[in-house]
Amino acid sequence: MQLTKKTIYLLFLFFSTSVYAGVEVHSFANQQQEQQYIKLTEELRCLVCQNQNLAGSDAELAQDLRKQIIEMIDAGKSEEEIIEYMVARYGDFVLYRPPLDQRTFILWVGPFLILLTGLIVLVVFVRRQQHKEKPTLSAEQQVKAKKLLNEEGDE
Amino acid sequence: MIPELGNFALILALSMALVQASLPVIGAWKNIPEWIALARPAAWMQLLFILIAFGCLTYTFIVHDFSVAYVAHNSNTQLPLLYRVSAVWGGHEGSLLLWALSLSIWTGAVTLFSRSVPQAMVARVVGVMGMVSVGFLLFMILTSNPFERLFPVPMEGRDLNPLLQDFGLVIHPPMLYMGYVGFSVAFAFAIAAMLGGRLDAAWAKWSRPWTNIAWMFLTLGIALGSWWAYYELGWGGWWFWDPVENASFMPWLMGTALMHSLATTEKRGSFKAWTVLLAIFAFSLSLLGTFLVRSGVLTSVHAFATDPTRGVFILIFLAVVVGGSLLLYAIRAPQIRSASQFDLVSRDTALLFNNVILVVACISILLGTLYPLVVDALGIGKISVGPPYFNSVFIPLTMPLAILVGVGAMMRWKHDEITRLTRKLWPVLLASIVIGIVLMMLYTSEVKVMAVVGIVLALWVTGTTLLGFWDRIKGKGNVLRALGKVPLGFYGMSVAHLGIGVFIVGITLTSLYSTEKDVRLVPGEKYELGGYEFTFKGVTRKKGPNYIAHEGNLHVTKDNKLIAFLQPQKRIYRTQPKPMTEAAIDAGLTRDLFVALGEPLGAENAWSVRLYHKPFIRWIWLGAVFMALGGLLAACDKRYRQQNKRNENKRAVV
Amino acid sequence: MNRYLLPLFIFIALVILLAVGLSLDPRKVPSPFIGKPAPAFNLPQLHDDSKIIKPADFKGHVWLLNVWASWCVSCRQEHPLLMELANSKQVPVYGLNYKDDQADAILWLKQWGNPYQASAFDSAGGTGIDWGVYGVPETFVIDKDGIIRHKHIGALKRSDLDETIMPLVKKLQSAAQG
Repeated sequence: MQLTKKTIYLLFLFFSTSVYAGVEVHSFANQQQEQQYIKLTEELRCLVCQNQNLAGSDAELAQDLRKQIIEMIDAGKSEEEIIEYMVARYGDFVLYRPPLDQRTFILWVGPFLILLTGLIVLVVFVRRQQHKEKPTLSAEQQVKAKKLLNEEGDE
Repeated sequence: MIPELGNFALILALSMALVQASLPVIGAWKNIPEWIALARPAAWMQLLFILIAFGCLTYTFIVHDFSVAYVAHNSNTQLPLLYRVSAVWGGHEGSLLLWALSLSIWTGAVTLFSRSVPQAMVARVVGVMGMVSVGFLLFMILTSNPFERLFPVPMEGRDLNPLLQDFGLVIHPPMLYMGYVGFSVAFAFAIAAMLGGRLDAAWAKWSRPWTNIAWMFLTLGIALGSWWAYYELGWGGWWFWDPVENASFMPWLMGTALMHSLATTEKRGSFKAWTVLLAIFAFSLSLLGTFLVRSGVLTSVHAFATDPTRGVFILIFLAVVVGGSLLLYAIRAPQIRSASQFDLVSRDTALLFNNVILVVACISILLGTLYPLVVDALGIGKISVGPPYFNSVFIPLTMPLAILVGVGAMMRWKHDEITRLTRKLWPVLLASIVIGIVLMMLYTSEVKVMAVVGIVLALWVTGTTLLGFWDRIKGKGNVLRALGKVPLGFYGMSVAHLGIGVFIVGITLTSLYSTEKDVRLVPGEKYELGGYEFTFKGVTRKKGPNYIAHEGNLHVTKDNKLIAFLQPQKRIYRTQPKPMTEAAIDAGLTRDLFVALGEPLGAENAWSVRLYHKPFIRWIWLGAVFMALGGLLAACDKRYRQQNKRNENKRAVV
Repeated sequence: MNRYLLPLFIFIALVILLAVGLSLDPRKVPSPFIGKPAPAFNLPQLHDDSKIIKPADFKGHVWLLNVWASWCVSCRQEHPLLMELANSKQVPVYGLNYKDDQADAILWLKQWGNPYQASAFDSAGGTGIDWGVYGVPETFVIDKDGIIRHKHIGALKRSDLDETIMPLVKKLQSAAQG
């Protein structure tokens, strides 16, 4: 059996990843298309790599998909259309920006809900401990205390 | 012989760790001075044996002993000496030995630098660290022994992954591990305090320098990793939110929250239970990171060769350690009394806010990292969560923090007034906005809103930090004398906060103004990018110690002045079929020029070449260095070196 | 129950998640085509350029599409099983020769045996992409109406055939055409 120049696809990979960026020389019609290409290759996942995007991988499938993207951009396809093309074939796995749907609702909204909860807890806690009985100090003690507290800037 | 000696040393280390983990803790509980006194010698013996084991493994690598499986899988007769040594921690088994070594070094350090801590407390701290040691040593001996033999002995090794044959990868793991493992000290202090029933300001004071140093190492370790990824992986990125990167970043975030919370607990005696929880979380995240990297549960370029059995062991270990500590927390925390009272506008609240943001950011990253697993486990599909998600969540979350960082440092404890703060700060705000806009307009003709926001934020952070520093030294007479009187802790804080400003400049400008281009060049052809001219001079063949390479040659000029010669390479290592890129970088404080060699393109000796102009990218790691320096300065504050025995015995409030 | 138990409970949930995760494979990407019509293609046959092969030809039968190449090491591993399957005549197997050299591919089949009724020659890999192929070998089960019912990733093992694929094939074969 003769091995051709093409690299070998080992399906269940455990060797080192493709270790150089996919250098793809192509002149786009305008700057906007080029930016779109860069954005897409950074947001689409290389399926045969161990967590790399299409821009950073030189695996053969990554090369093929980059060429496919170039073709589609040249043909005037929009970003949504190209993404739809990829998702139709490889599923949501290929997107590094997870879609917002029923499954990923908690993912997208979660952090801000948690933040809100945290802030509410914070304010409630601070308010609550303010209403505890404060120890009373004499006027002299108060002056002393204020002086000590104003030695600000303690880390 | 040597491998057997190493193996034996590991077993002896384990037995010492078992002693260390049990007797001192029981001794502290039952008040048996002889057992309490065992903590130090047991820890030192463990360190000695682990050093011996580490030495044996290193020796085995240096002499090319391929009868040891780990050496055969990670080395090669052509591998240069430096990488033979760093290969010791290049694979799973050896990296565990590095973990154990780090832990025993930290434990030894704790026994040395705890003169002002009561013996019973030290005994418990060392005991808890011993328990963690037991876990790692057991894990190694049972499932991942670096000294396992290989038969028949191969003539040649499989080689160290060429990606790891690099200086950055030599120091990145040791730094990182010193950081991860270092959080076990704060963890051990927290557990020891809960076991012993003493949770006061003294406990916080003892924990702080350890936490600061560990945090310093972790900061450097993460920065090194980022820097390495940038120059080695060839696509100009410096952070990918990869699961393993996140595994190191989460303890960092929690550790930052812990540092700030410890400051409050020490100063004000408040938030004790919360600080304890943070200490548990920080180390738990270190352990979780260990699990994620070695279990195969998540896909990552960084993951070690995975094995479900190993995953099970680490998970059980994680469950026991973290579950046990959280159970102890649930039992003890209700008894912890924190004496404090403060207003909504106060430094206390600001620090709580700092904690909320950092913890929420950490949880968000955990959520994003584990979410694909959740979706898969529920059987509802397979998704990926990558940089677009993390960036859109993390950046908005941390902006309030950057806004508050200098302000919080100037606020008064217990009570402050918005009017006082506004009065002080509005000039800084105005200056930041004006200078920011002017600077951006001077820098580029393509002023982007986000860039202005970033620069203004960086100026704000710098301005407020400097203002806080000025406040501290003004009115105290002679400037030099006043500077001398400022505690190192304050210097540390200021330097670290300045580091944040530097960091923000770096990521703002690099994210928004980097340019890249893939071009086809024939020898003699030029290309202009970012104001620089790249002239391609062709490709020659070169030979290295264990590889052959195509080396490209480019001259870089600006306004006809020669700036640099760049020689990017495409290497083929003797033991790897796929070629590897070595990018050529002209590093600079205000910009990096980065060239990666692509493919030969047939006719006329043409090659495809990738060119990058990355403005201010070094500021990202420079910022991290400032932060690490800040942590170091803070840890060296002389307060921690004072013998303050008289304060500890006062009011041992739990 | 005090609120200090909350961190512990959250942690226990996390451990359960991770434990489940140990049994999963994060690298397996399921096909979005299950239950959807097989993507059309119009490719020359490997052994005879003049003949065209397309999925519409096979409507009315249950069939397997096996993606293979002469440079693929794992394909060698599953090959004997495919030969056995082909000889048992239970279900027709068609090949999709993916990104291969025509001469190499023909030689490979000659050397190791040809289990395929016919092989489509996809030298550029475009059809592979259309079917969401990301590694070789892969095997698809298509029903009488041309709907993809199953995708197997990686080399076939006997247990895969016995436990999953053949029972599915039998079920589909007994079903009426829609």
